[in-house]
Amino acid sequence: MIRDITLGQYYPVDSLLHKLDPRVKLSGTLLFLISLFLIKNIWGYGIATLFLAYVIQSSKVPFKYMIRGLRAVLLLLLVTVLFNLFLTQGETLFQIWRLRITKEGLRIAVFMAFRLTYLIIGSSVMTLTTTPNHLTDGMESLLSPLKRIHVPVHEIAMMMSIALRFIPILMEETDKIMKAQMARGADFESGNMIKKVKSLVPLLVPLFISAFRRANDLAMAMEARCYQGGEGRTKMKPLIYQKRDYGAYGCLLVYLLIVAAVGKL
Amino acid sequence: MGIIEASKLIFEYIRRDEEGNVEGITRAVDQVDLDIQKGDFIAILGHNGSGKSTLAKHMNGILHPTEGTLWVDGKNTRDIERQWEIRQTAGMVFQNPDNQIIGSLVEEDVGFGPENLGVPTEEIWIRVEESLKAVGMLEYRKHSPNKLSGGQKQRVAIAGIVAMHPKCIVLDEPTAMLDPVGRKEVIRTIRALNEVEKVTVLLITHYMEEAIYADKVIVMDSGKIVMRGTPKEIFSEVEKLKALRLDVPQVTLLAYELKKKGMPISDGILTMDELVKEIC
Repeated sequence: MIRDITLGQYYPVDSLLHKLDPRVKLSGTLLFLISLFLIKNIWGYGIATLFLAYVIQSSKVPFKYMIRGLRAVLLLLLVTVLFNLFLTQGETLFQIWRLRITKEGLRIAVFMAFRLTYLIIGSSVMTLTTTPNHLTDGMESLLSPLKRIHVPVHEIAMMMSIALRFIPILMEETDKIMKAQMARGADFESGNMIKKVKSLVPLLVPLFISAFRRANDLAMAMEARCYQGGEGRTKMKPLIYQKRDYGAYGCLLVYLLIVAAVGKL
Repeated sequence: MGIIEASKLIFEYIRRDEEGNVEGITRAVDQVDLDIQKGDFIAILGHNGSGKSTLAKHMNGILHPTEGTLWVDGKNTRDIERQWEIRQTAGMVFQNPDNQIIGSLVEEDVGFGPENLGVPTEEIWIRVEESLKAVGMLEYRKHSPNKLSGGQKQRVAIAGIVAMHPKCIVLDEPTAMLDPVGRKEVIRTIRALNEVEKVTVLLITHYMEEAIYADKVIVMDSGKIVMRGTPKEIFSEVEKLKALRLDVPQVTLLAYELKKKGMPISDGILTMDELVKEIC
């Protein structure tokens, strides 16, 4: 059962968006998110909606997967909207008992709702259409200028991809240890919060030990295969921009120009 | 000069207590001399703690000898400058298949070694394809290693080494964690590499059945080489092997017991076919 959990939420279909270079998707998402926070009127959000709708449509991922991520932040969204709605000072629109809704409050609340919703959907579009490994590759490549100021970009990316590779293995191991402990009478289900957390200790200790052992083995295996860091390394799958990637950058630019004109950035 | 040569190789583990004082010294490899020729298939046998894995880790410079010298293709393994050349010459496959696969796709993992060597992209693809073909895993190239069986994972690990074009492959108990089917798969792959690609193979194992295909067998006990010879010679000495806490292949044992009871059978029967021929 524990094996079914997948990290990230990659949705494997064949679409234009899936094929795009991860660098395009990363920088595109970032620019889209920034634009959301700079839009100053409702028409701007109209443009953002159209753009997002177009992207979702071309990703071929069912819409319900997109909004799945929203459920987790629904409460946060609600609180933000309500606070902005009732606590903003300004011209009163109407008042019920002591709750006052102002014109400014309504405006900010609606904008906030748009921003947060689109922020979540926008970033899920990226994670749904990009494999975790592609994301790491893209990040490594985008952050590579930071190497000049001695940020270990390659090492960070390598760590991330190894972590991703070992998640299912460690999950399986957790499952195994859990079953072994249960067979000897351990109880992970009953009791209150504190008791449940305490019962995890005999699970975590062996898991940590085995993780360290694996790390040791892996480091040795990597050295045996001549791994010496990013220096002098070639890539089996280098990131190369295709025509469609330039097209996507073009689309992004058009969107930014329109939204800047309409939304008064 | 052979591809791997050792003279008077000694390696000592130093045990320390919590304050870092030396508690004792364990000599894991003791006065080992080796001369392995190009293209050989050598099996190193020994029970747990006989020093066979420690010896293996010397072959590609993971461990350095305390005393004595080890040459890999004419390069002294103490020479840190040439450490990466040595590691490329003598590739190493480890016991646990999960802990040596780095890539999240089979082909990416096989490409990892060549990437580290700075091989150009197009050639990496050629090497990956060749190596996967050599171990018979080409059809799985786009699979995730997590979905493969133990034997398949180990074959991917071997392909990862083959892609680095080593002259010699050292396998440190590659079948210890596998089921019988996986074990057979891996051994078949190793033999094919040795016979077809002419790669020197050093197989470290404690399964006697795997040693019968070797050109030469070396038996180790508490760090020393106690026996060496062809599989036939080694397995003729059933009593000596038993004293070293090693099992003899079942067919050999049967032949030995029959001979003890007075049947005219020659020594060192290794396979079922040989035994059948002897008896009938």
